[in-house]
Amino acid sequence: MIKADLIILGAGPAGMAAAARAAKLGLSVLLLDEQPRAGGQIYRNIAQSGPERAAILGEDYAQGLPLAKALGQPGITHLAGAVVWQIDASGDVAFSRNGRAEAAQGKRVLIANGALERAMPLPGWTLPGVMTAGAAQILLKSAGVVAERAVLAGSGPLLYLIAAQMLRAGTPPMALIETQTRGDFLRSLRYLPSALIGWRYLWKGAQMLAALRKAGVRRYKDATRLEVLGKDRAQAIRFFQAGQYHRIACDTVLLHHGIVPNTQATRSLRLPHLWDERQRAFRPRIDAWGRTGAPVIFAAGDGAGITGAKAAELAGALAALEIAHDLGHLAAGDRDLAARPLRFRLRLERAVRPFLDTAFPAFRGALAPADSTIICRCEEVTAGAIRHYGGLGCFGPNQAKAFGRAGMGPCQGRYCGLTVTELLAAHHGLPQAQVGAYRIRPPLKPVTLGEIAGLDEEPLINAPH
Amino acid sequence: MKTAFRNLSPDGPRVPVRFDGQELLLHDGANLAAALLEAGVTRFRRSPVSAAPRGPFCMMGACFECLVVLDGTTRQACMLEVTAGMEIAPGKRPQHD
Repeated sequence: MIKADLIILGAGPAGMAAAARAAKLGLSVLLLDEQPRAGGQIYRNIAQSGPERAAILGEDYAQGLPLAKALGQPGITHLAGAVVWQIDASGDVAFSRNGRAEAAQGKRVLIANGALERAMPLPGWTLPGVMTAGAAQILLKSAGVVAERAVLAGSGPLLYLIAAQMLRAGTPPMALIETQTRGDFLRSLRYLPSALIGWRYLWKGAQMLAALRKAGVRRYKDATRLEVLGKDRAQAIRFFQAGQYHRIACDTVLLHHGIVPNTQATRSLRLPHLWDERQRAFRPRIDAWGRTGAPVIFAAGDGAGITGAKAAELAGALAALEIAHDLGHLAAGDRDLAARPLRFRLRLERAVRPFLDTAFPAFRGALAPADSTIICRCEEVTAGAIRHYGGLGCFGPNQAKAFGRAGMGPCQGRYCGLTVTELLAAHHGLPQAQVGAYRIRPPLKPVTLGEIAGLDEEPLINAPH
Repeated sequence: MKTAFRNLSPDGPRVPVRFDGQELLLHDGANLAAALLEAGVTRFRRSPVSAAPRGPFCMMGACFECLVVLDGTTRQACMLEVTAGMEIAPGKRPQHD
């Protein structure tokens, strides 16, 4: 059993910032992360990617380097490749690493496991060659691999960022098929004045769009009825725009219409969650320090509500301050003094969100897919099947699971959960909060019986300190 | 061979790996899913329900689409790194009871 003052799950911006802050305040920190290197998805491979790749990825990516370097300070044990499969409300955590299970006990636990891309169910989206836009970015960050004949489809600032990165890598996307509408833009204008506090993001967005225009990348706005065509892999994308159908032959289709909090861990703890109507997703209920409904469990970063990497970093630091105070390492006055500049910057970071969330909402055609469209990729359950279960009197996702296996595959509902909630909410005319979400049970990730059986053996590593 | 993916820095040491009986030369230490895509592999496995072809989707360990079998254990290709002599088979189709 490894013991630490603070166990942090996830080495993205929130987790890295929290680890550094907590260690500086004298806490022993155990940082568990699935990936081979620190950075999370946003700063993936940051310390290893080199100047050439960093130039393609841009200056925002470089912001992650000091965070990753700060993990070298004393007091932090960073275990890479550690897959957490169970957490309980007392602070016990079980994980596997190199095929071996281990247990750890934290006085406090910070869940900083980030976001997932919102599933975008379309006809043909299970074909090889269809990936999330984030996956294309990970290929670039972790392996320097780029898709050559790719189309980007969906909406949101990340779509433009990835297009700009592909452009800098010398492989511009063949087209951007954008699902946001003119009405969305008009609705977003009321949030524009407050978004101007975050003008840097707006300016960067404008620069990216200018670069795409200059490179001649075609943008199809207000597109609907998206469909990926192909037999054994993606060969084309078809969509309706400006009064007619278009078909673009391609090898890769990159989908993106926003990111949503990954709530598997917080759900497995049965913590209270709330429905965020503007972001159309659930997030755990937390206080201003990141404390969840369970007193020793904290959450920070995009896993607690989508606010972006810089805000995640600030939220991670705030959680570390409160945890240090909890454990007697920091007086309340010093905590509040240290929190003040972090809260000020957090407000600036969050200012742009209402505008972005409204201007680039989730694609309606993917929130309510056609009956024949697969919504649970693992078990191949269609939208029509979920509606049918609704008609049979199925009111919630857990019942839908029992009716037809949606959410019972290896991804454990990560990619179909919100779609099932939306479909049942629409079918019954109920709010999403009332329909609810899948109940998540451990193990959070697959673990072998042999790994569990080996838990009693002596740990291979020593506790921090 | 022309594939859908290109490596921006194609030089560097490569090691032999077998996937589905075929020998491939992949970048030593690279992300396995990325390296297989670069080598032109599109189908990583077939789906358990309809036997439809599937390949990497999220690249971050969440979707379980890139499942392969390594040393008898089903693993996510996007969470593995290439080492010399890896023997990999497409992900198995589990049987529902």
